[in-house]
Amino acid sequence: MNALLEKHADEIQVILAKYPVGKAGKRSAVMPLLYLAQHEYGYITKEAIREVAELCEITDTEVTSIIGFYSLYYDQPTGKYHVQVCTDLPCALRGAEEFLEKLCENLGIRVGETTPDGMVKVESVMCLAGCDKAPMFQVQSTEGLEYHENQTIESALDVVNKLRLG
Amino acid sequence: MTEHILLRHRDIPGLDQIDTYRQNGGFEAWRKVVSKMDPDDVTNEVKASGLRGRGGAGFPTGLKWSFIDWQNWPHYVVANADESEPGTFKDREIMESNPYQFLEGVAICAFAVKANDAYIYLRGEFWQIAHKLDQCITEMESGGYLGDKLYRTNTSLRLHTHLGAGAYICGEESALLESIEGKLGQPRLRPPFPPAVGLYGKPTIVNNVETLTNVPFIISRGADWYKSIGTEKSPGPKVFSLSGCVNRPGNYELPLGTTFRELIFDHGRGIPEGHKIKAIMPAGASSSMIIANDEALATPMDYESVPNVGAQLGSASVIVIDDSVSIPWLLNKTIHFFKHESCGKCTPCREGTYWMMHLTERISQGNATMNEVMLLQDVANQLKGKCLCALGEFSIEAVLTGIERFPADFKTVTAKSNS
Repeated sequence: MNALLEKHADEIQVILAKYPVGKAGKRSAVMPLLYLAQHEYGYITKEAIREVAELCEITDTEVTSIIGFYSLYYDQPTGKYHVQVCTDLPCALRGAEEFLEKLCENLGIRVGETTPDGMVKVESVMCLAGCDKAPMFQVQSTEGLEYHENQTIESALDVVNKLRLG
Repeated sequence: MTEHILLRHRDIPGLDQIDTYRQNGGFEAWRKVVSKMDPDDVTNEVKASGLRGRGGAGFPTGLKWSFIDWQNWPHYVVANADESEPGTFKDREIMESNPYQFLEGVAICAFAVKANDAYIYLRGEFWQIAHKLDQCITEMESGGYLGDKLYRTNTSLRLHTHLGAGAYICGEESALLESIEGKLGQPRLRPPFPPAVGLYGKPTIVNNVETLTNVPFIISRGADWYKSIGTEKSPGPKVFSLSGCVNRPGNYELPLGTTFRELIFDHGRGIPEGHKIKAIMPAGASSSMIIANDEALATPMDYESVPNVGAQLGSASVIVIDDSVSIPWLLNKTIHFFKHESCGKCTPCREGTYWMMHLTERISQGNATMNEVMLLQDVANQLKGKCLCALGEFSIEAVLTGIERFPADFKTVTAKSNS
């Protein structure tokens, strides 16, 4: 019984068809299938690991190692939205560190914490290729990723408050 | 330059729509190669153009294509759209606004090496761009530009996007191939190089997005036209990503060989008022630090000239540093990045970036002595030439050149603990 396959049979076929026929090609589907599972379950559950492993014909351990290596997969429940501010060098030169501190201060949390309603986690991340439009951040959720650039504290609070409404 | 070649959407609004692209000469190069040219002629034209890889290494593109192993099949083409170097944001603009020219370049490369499948590897954060490219690929399939028996020949081609999931190391070509294969994104020992042993062990050409975006114009206008732009050894246009302490950061498409001064002071409108330019990092966080004196500012930005002032052009991600910035703070920033992104496979990089992070942290906070600055230099030198890939090797560039070229910055931060 593979719930992921039953629910998303067509989408899984499209994913598998991208890669060559055979064992090596099936293994290539592990990353897109993990995204699919994360979207479906909110995070990568133990059951999802088993389902993806079965579809790719690899072991649960191999799937788990992929989840651990790449930073965009979550193996436990997490705040619904992640507001991820880039504070790497080019952004930092344009005030991204102060921006992140002030944003958190305004929300009454510290960097890396989640708002009390459990809706929004605010954290710093590595370069997002938006260096000329700093301060900038991405909003990450199971629905996908969205960039917000050339931000002020006011515009960022606006975004966060809208997210908190759900 | 009056006309944009790579950022052509800046001259032609709506170029990300297939009809607009077609009305402006789109896919003519693709039709020309499929219906009238031999794969070898395509490679020779790209060779003759002098195009060099825009991902950082500057390797001659046509030469790379000619290395494909004709004895081993099938062949693959992989476009490196993992753009993750701090300070680099050019491929993103190309894919968002001029996607068809890029995809046409991928297609032409695939034709030249007789690959029937090509993968576009995008960093996971480019989720929306991948979605957009998927739509473009569907449009190209409906338009008869992709699929089987193209232009009534035996040419077949399919393009596929593949999303990474947040790992800088996957921009390294062999780690990228591992990642497509569903493995940890860790570099392979090279040689063999991908044109001999690449994706699924098969001959593979890996090229950067910007590199491939040049190709349709090389085919339609010819190698001689291409060589008329830029310098003799570094021909063609280049997208310079300008960031940091500058009034107008952004992407600027200029001929290779444009001076730092023109980019920073004419196009970027100079340094914020009240400050002076202090240093330039021409290749993102992986770059050496250049002292921004008159000689450096007069230097042409091409693959041959930048080494004369002690750095590499790399991906031309020019980070400008002004006199308000402390070099120890900056080094801690870059090393924090490399420590976070080290894949952990080889010991010098994994342990070296860890120790350099702690040392730069202490130094930048003024809690260190000159002995620790020397220790930092020592650790950096121990990484040199010992890492499996460029991540570790490049992590020390800013550290070593920062200490050597800006010694005054280290005297002040260590003075407190020395007294």
